Amino acid sequence: METILKIIRIFKSFLLDIGELSLFAGRFFKEVLKRPFEFKEFIRQCYNMGNRSLLLVAVTGFIIGLVFTLQSRPTLQEFGAVSWMPAMVSISIIREIGPIITALICAGRIGSGIGAELGSMKVTEQIDAMEVSGTNPFKYLVVTRILATTFMLPILVLLGDAIALYGSYLVENTKGNISFLLYFNKVAEALEFGDLIPATIKSFFFGFAIGLVGCFKGYNCKKGTAGVGLAANSAVVFTSMLLFIIDFIAVFVTDIFYDL
Amino acid sequence: METFQYNTESIIEIKNLKKSYGENHVLNGFNMNLVEGENLVIMGKSGSGKSVMIKCLIGLEDPDSGTICVMGKDISQLKHDELDELRTEVGFLFQGSALYDSMTVRENLEFPLRRHTKKFGVIKDTTPLVMEALENVGLANTINLMPEELSGGMKRRIALARTLILQPKIILYDEPTTGLDPITAKEIILLMISIQKKYNTSSIIITHDVDCARAISNRMILLVDGINYVEGTFEEIIALNDPKIQAFFK
Repeated sequence: METILKIIRIFKSFLLDIGELSLFAGRFFKEVLKRPFEFKEFIRQCYNMGNRSLLLVAVTGFIIGLVFTLQSRPTLQEFGAVSWMPAMVSISIIREIGPIITALICAGRIGSGIGAELGSMKVTEQIDAMEVSGTNPFKYLVVTRILATTFMLPILVLLGDAIALYGSYLVENTKGNISFLLYFNKVAEALEFGDLIPATIKSFFFGFAIGLVGCFKGYNCKKGTAGVGLAANSAVVFTSMLLFIIDFIAVFVTDIFYDL
Repeated sequence: METFQYNTESIIEIKNLKKSYGENHVLNGFNMNLVEGENLVIMGKSGSGKSVMIKCLIGLEDPDSGTICVMGKDISQLKHDELDELRTEVGFLFQGSALYDSMTVRENLEFPLRRHTKKFGVIKDTTPLVMEALENVGLANTINLMPEELSGGMKRRIALARTLILQPKIILYDEPTTGLDPITAKEIILLMISIQKKYNTSSIIITHDVDCARAISNRMILLVDGINYVEGTFEEIIALNDPKIQAFFK
């Protein structure tokens, strides 16, 4: 009985969180259109977020490309289908693995960073100080960060995809002696806009979710250093869950379009 | 409850201010006035509602009921832009300094200047104003440092410089000496006195520091359970033979 009550409590708190997050998102859409536009801060955030995640995304992409090709090669070899390797790797990476892995990395790197930064600003009254200084802190801190993650994530995803494909090419070149031009010709033959565009659109939503949840958790952080830690931690957990839900919806919607 | 008679020269008037968080009734009908050029000290135990009151005063918290008039304007009736304009006349020194971690000292001081453009217009070169504010607090050499490179006392001084840069008529100090060693605390008190003399500002000082209250106050209010328990000069209050007051000062 106690376990059931506990589950109900957790579910209730999750629904409350969703409700508050929706209100927070509503406020974002209201504020994003209002003047003044904090363009300088938006550019600074774009630079920070892109720059902070670049190396991690690049290294992870490269390793995924390497490992994915190394693991798949023996099976394809068994069926005499090694020549399909570039097509298989590129479609898997572009459609699914690239966007979701990059988004999960950014949820850990950027989402938790935003949660901790805004949380500590809240705890140390910097957000209040900003308001007293004639600045709308929601616009200056939240809107700029959400926009920055929304626009930077697709760029990081494309970069991660390209590096993953390069990693895959290196394995194929070493094991199968395929040239750079032939490998990427095969990739280009296999890929369609129908693979790239839905994945890129999905990445915008992933970026939006990362920024939104990070800002929501940080901006509503409870007092004390424990509150900051909790904000950073729950930002990652909540975002990761949300990313899979968005991914599921995106795949479902894309599938409908493919059927048409 | 004691009735307070406010004179017409008050630049801040608070009447019957109430604020609760759920079942926790923090302010239960607080009254106060501040006269031009006066240093008013508000003392009280932790959780007695001092910081909440001062945040209601600057519009960072919304009171449940009561009126707050600052320089003749009822702040609950003000639009956001009007409140921002009023905030240029009311400086706020936060308890933990609240310097922006990601900005240098210069950027911290420039931030309010660049934001409150109605008062000063668009300033192309902020250096003279920044330097003047830093010289007022004796820290002109820290202009390019980051907050993390400053000591607690230095941070408090820089925060005071950031408050002063807008040339406010009223300064609200939220526990200005808390967390500082006695020598640095004394330096901050002397700085507050010198600023008051130089710019003829009016101040509300929230503190538990008896030495700070003694040194700076023209008048004091002791806040107990969210209402004015007693009001008078430091000497008048300390001379009262009330166990609650005596316990506080001991």
